[in-house]
Amino acid sequence: MSTLHIDHVSRWFGNVVAVNDVTMGVGPGVTGLLGPNGAGKSTLINMMGGFLAPSTGTVTLDGQPIWRNESVYRQIGVVPEREAMYDFLTGREFVVANAELHGLGATEAQRALATVEMEYAQDRKIATYSKGMRQRVKMASALVHDPSVLLLDEPFNGMDPRQRMQLMELLRRMGAQGRTVLFSSHILEEVEQLASHIEVIVAGRHAASGDFRRIRRLMTDRPHRYLVRSSDDRALAAALIADPSTAGIDVDVAEGALRIQAVDFGRFTELLPRVARAHSIRLLTVSPSDESLESVFSYLVAA
Amino acid sequence: MYNPTVARLTYRALLGRRRAAILFVLPALLLLIAAAVRGFNGADDQIAADVLGGFALATMTPLIGVIAGTGAIGPEIDDGSIVYLLAKPVKRPTIIFTKLIVAIAVTMVFSAVPTFLAGLILNGNGQQVAVAYTVAALVASIAYSALFLLLGTVSRHAVVIGLVYALVWEALFGSLIEGAKTLSVQQWALAVAEKGSGEGLVASDVGLPVAVVLLAGVTVAATWYAGQKLRTLTLAGDE
Repeated sequence: MSTLHIDHVSRWFGNVVAVNDVTMGVGPGVTGLLGPNGAGKSTLINMMGGFLAPSTGTVTLDGQPIWRNESVYRQIGVVPEREAMYDFLTGREFVVANAELHGLGATEAQRALATVEMEYAQDRKIATYSKGMRQRVKMASALVHDPSVLLLDEPFNGMDPRQRMQLMELLRRMGAQGRTVLFSSHILEEVEQLASHIEVIVAGRHAASGDFRRIRRLMTDRPHRYLVRSSDDRALAAALIADPSTAGIDVDVAEGALRIQAVDFGRFTELLPRVARAHSIRLLTVSPSDESLESVFSYLVAA
Repeated sequence: MYNPTVARLTYRALLGRRRAAILFVLPALLLLIAAAVRGFNGADDQIAADVLGGFALATMTPLIGVIAGTGAIGPEIDDGSIVYLLAKPVKRPTIIFTKLIVAIAVTMVFSAVPTFLAGLILNGNGQQVAVAYTVAALVASIAYSALFLLLGTVSRHAVVIGLVYALVWEALFGSLIEGAKTLSVQQWALAVAEKGSGEGLVASDVGLPVAVVLLAGVTVAATWYAGQKLRTLTLAGDE
């Protein structure tokens, strides 16, 4: 059982602040590090993995500093985001080399390859592997010494749905065994399916932390904005504003559309088609205008 | 200090890359030149010394050193795969030391061995010319490997900087301009080789004690510094 502690950590590159005064603890089980691209997730994971020094603050594993301390790698397994591996090796040679660097051997390598179900392709050159296969061999190389902490940077990027499911299953198993598993993702659904605990990072700040349901509620309860075009915008606007699920409507004359702010997401999505039908108005366009993750996240930061 | 797994990965990366073709092309060119010169001029001690000094030691050895020294670590840092070495309970200076040994071995094999063979072809090792230049190439291999390994650790443009150093400094200034000669690996190596050769065929502008101190100093300092740089190597993400 191991716990990572990030204590008032900031990291800047020149004038750019990538991580801004973040404090969090990551314990046993699966934790998702969620945030939009460029939020500082990789910077944070790199600091937890000992590949980057914090500009201020400390990153420790069970009290030991991680930066400039090679001995922590006996407990940490790292699955980097970058694709580059030793492509000229076969999968087996690569995992065996990783085992040897830990002072272990072929037996442990074989066990790790079995864990990720890559034995069938272990004698092929890594250069011939698909993205999902590479990801699994990277996993095997990180698991070879049976680490108590596993750090994965965007592990699901570029994986097909089946590979994604397999990896999720594997990570879930690792978490259930009492390992500390931390993975980063910018995709809400991935985190939702896998992580019991979530840390949200937005623009380098620690925006939210906790149980998934709490964060999900924060996300769905936020005001939603829609852009709607119809055969009779003004009549539709008048009918919608009468319902409490709608907080405000702008008639955008230039665009020839309505900009609607809904406060009750579930009720509004049901209301809109019903009202249109009742008034014989044809809906031409209904598009959510702020579904981007960035807006979801910025809402979370404000919350 | 020496890690066989790191060595194996380094060898395979170094010899498996396309750039490695130069490791074979340059020695082949040297042997070809040697055979041609011998064919046209017959055996001549002075010409043998000119070819070995002008091409083998001044051009080929530093170029091989650039390929082997920077290639032993640079590409891994560039593409990020070094993370698989760094995320291990292996001392960073051990990684550097092992890579240095590999770079030295590769540079020696691809520069000293062909130098010796070319010397045999040129004048059958008359006046010990072949042996002298082989010794120079062996000595230079060590210092070049350490210098270029450091370069590969600290700079993403290691190959370009290395080539400029090898071709402009060593091959041009190092043999033409007086002041530059004192700061030339080539001259230090020649100083060591001078001892064993016939009169006047191998000459260095640097005295032997100075040369030995500089060779050892540069090798040790470059290796130590590369180890320190690797300890604090930052693998910035794409952010």
